[in-house]
Amino acid sequence: MNTLLPAFDFQQVFIEPWTANAASSVWIVAMGFFVATACGLVGNYLILRRMVLVGDAISHSVLAGIAVAFLLSRSRSSGAMFVGALVAGVITTLLIEAIHKRTRVKQDSAIGITFTTLFAFGVVLISLYGGKVDLDQECVLYGEISNVPVMAAPLPAALSRVAAQVPVLKDAGIFWRGADLVAPPDVLRMAGVTLLVALLIGVFYKELLASSFDPGLAFSLGINATVMHHALMAALSVVVVSAFEAVGAILVIAMLILPGATSQLLSQRLPVILGLTVLHAALSAVLGLHLGTWLNCSIAGAMVVAGGGLFGLAWMFNTRDGIICRWARRSQQRSEAVPPA
Amino acid sequence: MITPHSAPLPQTQSQPPPLEIHDLTVAYHQRPVLWGVDLVVPAGQLVGIVGPNGAGKSTLIKAAMGLLPAASGWVKVFGGSVSENLRRIGYVPQRESVDWDFPVSVHDVVLMGRYGHVGLMRRPTAHDHDVARRCIEEVGLVAFANRQISDLSGGQQQRVFLARALAQESDLYFMDEPFAGVDAATESAIIALLQALKARGKTILVVHHDLPTAREYFDMLLLLNMRVVAFGPTEQVFKYDLLQQTYGGRLTILSEMAEAVRQQSQ
Repeated sequence: MNTLLPAFDFQQVFIEPWTANAASSVWIVAMGFFVATACGLVGNYLILRRMVLVGDAISHSVLAGIAVAFLLSRSRSSGAMFVGALVAGVITTLLIEAIHKRTRVKQDSAIGITFTTLFAFGVVLISLYGGKVDLDQECVLYGEISNVPVMAAPLPAALSRVAAQVPVLKDAGIFWRGADLVAPPDVLRMAGVTLLVALLIGVFYKELLASSFDPGLAFSLGINATVMHHALMAALSVVVVSAFEAVGAILVIAMLILPGATSQLLSQRLPVILGLTVLHAALSAVLGLHLGTWLNCSIAGAMVVAGGGLFGLAWMFNTRDGIICRWARRSQQRSEAVPPA
Repeated sequence: MITPHSAPLPQTQSQPPPLEIHDLTVAYHQRPVLWGVDLVVPAGQLVGIVGPNGAGKSTLIKAAMGLLPAASGWVKVFGGSVSENLRRIGYVPQRESVDWDFPVSVHDVVLMGRYGHVGLMRRPTAHDHDVARRCIEEVGLVAFANRQISDLSGGQQQRVFLARALAQESDLYFMDEPFAGVDAATESAIIALLQALKARGKTILVVHHDLPTAREYFDMLLLLNMRVVAFGPTEQVFKYDLLQQTYGGRLTILSEMAEAVRQQSQ
């Protein structure tokens, strides 16, 4: 058996992840889902505002923030890293804007200058203090979502006592270690970020809509488009930084674009699009797990490949300008057309 | 100030003008685009702003609304600052200023006009939806209310913007080239709408760049070329020498003007 693809064993690819390996599958899929949902929801607004590359920029300059945070705090605590990365994200958006507004440099150039410089700064710092900064380059670029379940830690005892009363939770062995309810803190943090993003979009729905569609009108309605812009950028930084450890600097860009781009092909209504984004996130997380199990490859990568596959399907089959529909319409027009006499 | 009713409405005498601009100067990268603009627009007037390309017409209405920072001067709206009177200001931007592939329906866009009344973090009420529906009806787009905005023709898109401005229920409107690139049906629909707004006592400033029609459409004209060349009732301002001053020596436009003035004198 010397083929390019490993043998496909249904039992091993689709059943075992949810039986023998349920304890890790649940957390991996949950992490993938939360990352893709949070990124996808924010990403929709980036796509609508044509600012997707700012997400790209933040995901790279985060590296500098992490390196500086490590050097200053002398620890690999995720708290320090998170703060460092967040500060780097905010600095990136401010720098891009300052360069673009105060000089004749156009926005795309400003983005290119800012993130490559900050990323390179991060690379310099890491290679300079290489021995001391224990940062795995592959992890930085591609993330390590399959490490997530390993970190499962006990939750507060009070929460365990409450959960012990809930029938479904009580019998789910994967959530328990003895009498303690356990969960990976990364997943919990990502879930919190996702909820926060969803909540903010819900509360500021019309402000975001008006300022994305027509900043001039938004201003005349008393909605401060600048404040909305900075709020969106701050949310983007938080999301990218939280997702960073799981999917890395490059794959997080896919998570920002793919769910929204796919949904926007399938619907022309923003509320529907946001719903489809969540669906896309869930499907790519689950499909990615199975794909990664089958090919025994990076699960984060497999999730993005799955998400890209879903985009391809939407491209082919959407009813508005999908390849199939266009082809069908053309052949219908041909068959219905009456040749000139 | 000229008031149409003198005796029975004493408060009109004391009401401040809808728009008062004093010594407004706006610059892009140190280059002035508007220079020392002084303007007092009386209530209930349909005002056309005309001038050559780059005369600062759009800049003037954007700066008047505070969308662009002014290098000097001040703007008063109904006697107060712009920010405290935002709800009384309606805005129709240039049609090209937005992305018409944006995933919203006609109703969604018109409903945006209500956002100023809805308030921060609240949802539009049934009344807001009713107002939006009524405004869509007023511009003749009922059949398109649930269509995505990219499905519309240029003229229909312009009418969506007008419906949204109507939904704002403002007293002072700024419109940036609402007649640009629209079909004849939309053009007359817009004119009817502007007249209807005027009849309700609204004040409307319209950036316009077709000279011959400017004379028929507007009560007052503002001739602008970085500075105010002239401002007054259309019949007093639509004069060859003033237009020539506004447009400088641009030959094609000069002959167009000559034609327009000739038509007027017939």
